[in-house]
Amino acid sequence: MLLIRCPYCGDRAEIEFANGGEAHIARPADPMTQTDEEWAQYLYMRDNPKGLIAERWRHAHGCNRFFNALRDTRTDRFVTTYEMGQPRPEIDAAAAAEAAR
Amino acid sequence: MSDTMQLARSGFTLATAADRRRFVLQARPGTLDAAARALGLAEAPAMLATASGGAVTALRLGPQEILLLLDPAGAGDSLAALRTGLDAVAHSLVEVSDRQVGLDLSGALVEPALASLTSIDVALPAFPVGMATRTLLGKADGVLWRTGPEQFRLEIWRSFAPYISGLLDEAARDAAF
Ligand SMILES: [Zn+2]
Repeated sequence: MLLIRCPYCGDRAEIEFANGGEAHIARPADPMTQTDEEWAQYLYMRDNPKGLIAERWRHAHGCNRFFNALRDTRTDRFVTTYEMGQPRPEIDAAAAAEAAR
Repeated sequence: MSDTMQLARSGFTLATAADRRRFVLQARPGTLDAAARALGLAEAPAMLATASGGAVTALRLGPQEILLLLDPAGAGDSLAALRTGLDAVAHSLVEVSDRQVGLDLSGALVEPALASLTSIDVALPAFPVGMATRTLLGKADGVLWRTGPEQFRLEIWRSFAPYISGLLDEAARDAAF
């Protein structure tokens, strides 16, 4: 069973959660100033890394809150979860290596 | 469907809980504390905890969300106090009385029966008396609230009741072996 640590409820089974896509994508403050290419970049273009990704999750069958998580896309290991609005945490090499293991 | 559900097995009973008016209150944490005080409680219960007093029971299901169960006899007064206490403060208060139904579970086999429906550890040390949370029961959303060492209250959507009670009945039969 894959556990995800909700910042509010603690460790819960993955089945209680919904993925919300990549985190820290800022909507342009004034869309009318954007070129089509810039707007497409905001709407569609994602990093899709092989390794650590910061993404949004929602505790859909729990407290119903969105939060952010750092996950390794190769191993599905979660390094950490953190509240919305906080910057992406810095991860040391040992934690990154553990997530990739 | 009948609104009264009843199951009785050795070590496991299920019965429809006493009638309650139900409200979902959503607001910032400070506002939830103000709401709790207006309802006669000391403060909003901590995350996944519950608080009771008078006609009011409050279940803290999320940082921004409290499920209120009100005894119909005192509900009018409680709601009037709540409206006064939250006057001009941003909040959302939605009545869900008829959306949900409460089921009281009791008996020595309640823990193993519930354990077959949810991924949550329902053993007493991990899920103490007074703890409440929303989770998945089988494939249906539901609120799990421990009211005693061998007692749980489920607050589930009315149309899910036959599905969840059916699963519990089978799980209790299996747990007896
Ligand atoms: Zn949660």
